[in-house]
Amino acid sequence: MIDREPIVAQIPALRRYARVLTGDAWAADDLVQDTLERACSKWRLWLVGTNLRAWLFSVMHNLFVNQLRQSPGAGQISLAEIDDLVNELQAPASDPDLALDLQRCLLCLPPEQREVLLLVSMEGMRYAEIAKVTGVPIGTVMSRLSRARARLQALLDAPARVPTDPSVNQAAPTRPITLHRLK
Amino acid sequence: MNRMPNRPLTDDELHILVDGQGSPNDLAALRLRLAADPDAQARFAKWQRQRDALHRLHAQVLAEAVPHTLLQAAQAGDAVRTSGNHWWRYGGMAAGVVLAFGAGWLANTNWQEINGPEATTPGMASAQPEREFVHQAVLAHAVYTPEIRHPVEVTAQEQQHLVQWLSKRLDKPLKVPDLTTQGFDLVGGRLLPGEAGARAQFMFQDAAGQRVTLYLGAVHQPAAGMSSQETGFRFEPQAGVPSFYWIDQGFGYALAGQLPRAALMQLAQAIYRQL
Repeated sequence: MIDREPIVAQIPALRRYARVLTGDAWAADDLVQDTLERACSKWRLWLVGTNLRAWLFSVMHNLFVNQLRQSPGAGQISLAEIDDLVNELQAPASDPDLALDLQRCLLCLPPEQREVLLLVSMEGMRYAEIAKVTGVPIGTVMSRLSRARARLQALLDAPARVPTDPSVNQAAPTRPITLHRLK
Repeated sequence: MNRMPNRPLTDDELHILVDGQGSPNDLAALRLRLAADPDAQARFAKWQRQRDALHRLHAQVLAEAVPHTLLQAAQAGDAVRTSGNHWWRYGGMAAGVVLAFGAGWLANTNWQEINGPEATTPGMASAQPEREFVHQAVLAHAVYTPEIRHPVEVTAQEQQHLVQWLSKRLDKPLKVPDLTTQGFDLVGGRLLPGEAGARAQFMFQDAAGQRVTLYLGAVHQPAAGMSSQETGFRFEPQAGVPSFYWIDQGFGYALAGQLPRAALMQLAQAIYRQL
């Protein structure tokens, strides 16, 4: 029996990365599926010396970039939209909201910065590997990382807007954001 | 000896500290300098908090059962039907090269090695169609590339017609790869005979007039009961013409040209990526 276990073992990490990258659980699994199908059909592009995980992430990167090219502006929400959301988040943020807040701030970053930040922080990938995965020189990786961290910090530090209605229900659910589907 | 005053940490150095991506010595040295740099300390703390938060973000996804559709997608692709072709162990592209050199391909001998050391399919029987295919590709290259006036049957001017015509004859929707990024333009193409059906040759030319040909067509499948032939990229210099070939789902592709191996490999990858 042919053993697909090495690939299957990578799926959870791919799913989580895609989830945070796109901010959308459905779009994320679509992206992972496209990645797996392409990786299996274009297996000859996997170079020995690259580890399987890095290669799978590079396939996903290429697909993600293509999707963005086809629908420019998708996958990134504007600062105005996030200001609206910050309005509706209760303060002080409890853990789940912090996660939501973080996710939404991430979506404010340009995709190329988001990718680098996530690969470094979530996947613990080496800078040189990220350079290969994203197809840019390592200097570009570092500069994107700097901008990503600075920008994310600025977004997280942004003063929380006081809701106009002081009696806002603490348990009020947040408005779901309509993200452009990455398709 | 004068001790240099502690230089403030650069962004890059901060990243290295936050992400732990340096040698223990480097990290220790950086930590010392961090201790004397209050600005950097503030940023370091914030970036570290960011990193920790990101590391935990949606961690529940990691523990979720893999959806069935994704499991299926991981099993998809006809790539690994053949026995002995454990691509994930050898790596697709370089596997062909490794096998090629390891088995003495340069000496143009021993087609027995075609499926690598783990092959269970009988060597010669599966080697013959591949051997014939590459041989024909190289012959076609040698015969047609020297032509000045009519190197091809249908020129790039009629590219759409060319593709439609050959797709119909080969009974497979064909796509002409775009090699302009690599400096090669399409000259045109022609129809050629083949064992298991008609074959096609596309010719490309660079600014210096150097020509490469892409030869493709169905490769005769081994008898029922044997696994279908799937190969990684294989380097095969024959009759002085270097070529890279691969077989994908019963279709063979051979790229031939008088180029250094690395350049030819790059072209082969570019083609493969687009097909």
